[in-house]
Amino acid sequence: MSILAILEQRGGLKPCAYETLSAAATIAKASGMPLRALYIGAGLGEDAQSLAGFGAATVYAYEDPELTHFTPDAYVPIVVGLARELDAKVILGSATSVGKALCASVAGRLGVELAQDCTAVAWDSALAATKPLYAGKVVAEMRLDATPAMATLRPNVVRVERNETPPPSVVQRGKPEVTLRTIIRDVVSAAAGTVELTEAKIVVSGGRGLGDPKHWPVLQSLCDTLGAALGASRAAVDAGWIAHPHQVGQTGKVVSPDVYIACGISGAIQHQAGMRTARLIVAINKDPDAPIFKICDYGIVGDLFEIVPALNEEFRRVLGK
Amino acid sequence: MKIVVLVKRVPDTASVFKVASDGRSVELDGLKFVMSPYDEHAVEEAIRLKEKMGAEVIVLSAGPPECKEVIRSALAMGADAGAHLLLPGDTGYASRGVAEALAVAAKTLEPDLILAGKQAVDDDAAQVPERVAELLDLPHASIVTRLECTATAVTVDCEVEGGQFTAELPLPALVTAQKGLNTPRYPTLPNIMKAKKKEIRELTLDKLGLSGDRLAAGMTVTAMALPRQQRLGKILDGDTAQRVKELVRALREDEKVL
Ligand SMILES: Cc1cc2nc3c(=O)[nH]c(=O)nc-3n(C[C@H](O)[C@H](O)[C@H](O)COP(=O)(O)OP(=O)(O)OC[C@H]3O[C@@H](n4cnc5c(N)ncnc54)[C@H](O)[C@@H]3O)c2cc1C
Ligand SMILES: Nc1ncnc2c1ncn2[C@@H]1O[C@H](COP(=O)(O)O)[C@@H](O)[C@H]1O
Repeated sequence: MSILAILEQRGGLKPCAYETLSAAATIAKASGMPLRALYIGAGLGEDAQSLAGFGAATVYAYEDPELTHFTPDAYVPIVVGLARELDAKVILGSATSVGKALCASVAGRLGVELAQDCTAVAWDSALAATKPLYAGKVVAEMRLDATPAMATLRPNVVRVERNETPPPSVVQRGKPEVTLRTIIRDVVSAAAGTVELTEAKIVVSGGRGLGDPKHWPVLQSLCDTLGAALGASRAAVDAGWIAHPHQVGQTGKVVSPDVYIACGISGAIQHQAGMRTARLIVAINKDPDAPIFKICDYGIVGDLFEIVPALNEEFRRVLGK
Repeated sequence: MKIVVLVKRVPDTASVFKVASDGRSVELDGLKFVMSPYDEHAVEEAIRLKEKMGAEVIVLSAGPPECKEVIRSALAMGADAGAHLLLPGDTGYASRGVAEALAVAAKTLEPDLILAGKQAVDDDAAQVPERVAELLDLPHASIVTRLECTATAVTVDCEVEGGQFTAELPLPALVTAQKGLNTPRYPTLPNIMKAKKKEIRELTLDKLGLSGDRLAAGMTVTAMALPRQQRLGKILDGDTAQRVKELVRALREDEKVL
């Protein structure tokens, strides 16, 4: 019996890999089952050391250049095989696009239950999961009674906690003997230095209030100062001011940063669906009656072209940048 | 070429949701139901392929009798035929069982390509298509924003965090649609009229040789609530310099987030 955490990588381990491992460690402790980790990729290398402090005794590393990028053909048999080998009772992954597709496929192959995009998981003689439904308008508490039970965790919702336990020992495994039907033709990564929206600790978003796409640098400078990711409302995306991957909301990305700074965004219910679980919401809008002020922690009523540069200056001053 | 599109009937997310009196489900009475938005992209893509290379497009939906309405809307967009798998009662959270039933139903239709939405916007379960693909042992790709098809293979762009990748899958295969894939068309009046005459095949679990037990969800909802997060709601006073200073101070000292 064991608890299995799937570590997400793209190049190196992703921040959400540690979040998933941390959540799995809590479940391992509560259930008394040992914690195991699974890495699939081109090479774990030095990253194995960074897996100390979670109480995982072993990380199974399936390493091969052909495993660099996710394909269900290659990844699913690995997870299914290891879950069976270790008699995993709970399998946790990250609710990223790759993590969700992988876990859905594994659940299909194993014929077990899966709760995707959870904001919390716990062990209470069975896997318990908190999961937003209906674009986040409703939150359900669920129990997955049969085992193995699976869940994926929304990035940024788990606080990573470490203890004094040593790094896991690495069990090296190669790629499985399977026919790869899917061929990866091309991989395009976002420009270096850009922060991924769903994983960012701070998100600065712009909406129709920006007025014109030539004004993005106003928000981008604040992003640069704070190491933040740039988001947008659908109005800005539909106007062709910025690409859809930046859209936050019901038909865009769901983000849970520590701070979400909405600039010139009214705060429509469909926009809220994508940022409601942010820890803090800051609103900058010139209309005091904008709905965004009803859901914010801190609000400034004013012209974003005056407020945002001033805010940027103040952050640079206190951060010494 | 035969394309099967999976479509689900869901409440319009613009609705106001209420928790039912049992505290464990959503009050569905009085809600307006629609085709799940990502499924519209899947239907649109199927019709474009049909227009480009010739194909038969069959939409498949599992659920209560009212599912026929979303099948009709897909037929009005230009799909050729429908298949309705009647499921008894409420099948909330039964992704595993629904996927098993859909896989058996889809198999009888012998598709070269299965298209689905990336997730249904009711339970946001995000797993039925991948399960179907695995059960049918089909290569598959999720969250697709571009698709090209030949008689033997499909090439897709998949959205991932911080980028995208292009993959080629031999047919038969399954693909899930993301918003950027296309803009779904509105049905024209003549096409709405034509849709009324198109066939919707009735399927039942019995006919497919499945037992209703398989639909039982292995997940129990123990509580359901509207999200309630206490927000400070502090609107800052003063001139620009004062407000900006106070915001930065509060984020650093009170909230300790920077
Ligand atoms: C099915 C469906 C799905 C949707 N999905 C999404 C989604 O995923 N994401 C999303 O965001 N929306 C979504 N929407 C759209 C949503 O309903 C709103 O239309 C959209 O969020 C509005 O964007 P906005 O706030 O930028 O624009 P507006 O509502 O026009 O607000 C602009 C705001 O900017 C303020 N402003 C103007 N000038 C300035 C200035 N100089 N300084 C400061 N403030 C200024 C105005 O006071 C106003 O409040 C969806 C809608 C539907 C029907
Ligand atoms: N009952 C159903 N009938 C037909 N298709 C479905 C059904 N449930 C889910 N799907 C398909 O699977 C996709 C993802 O749904 P889900 O996994 O429930 O989020 C949907 O967008 C549909 O294409």
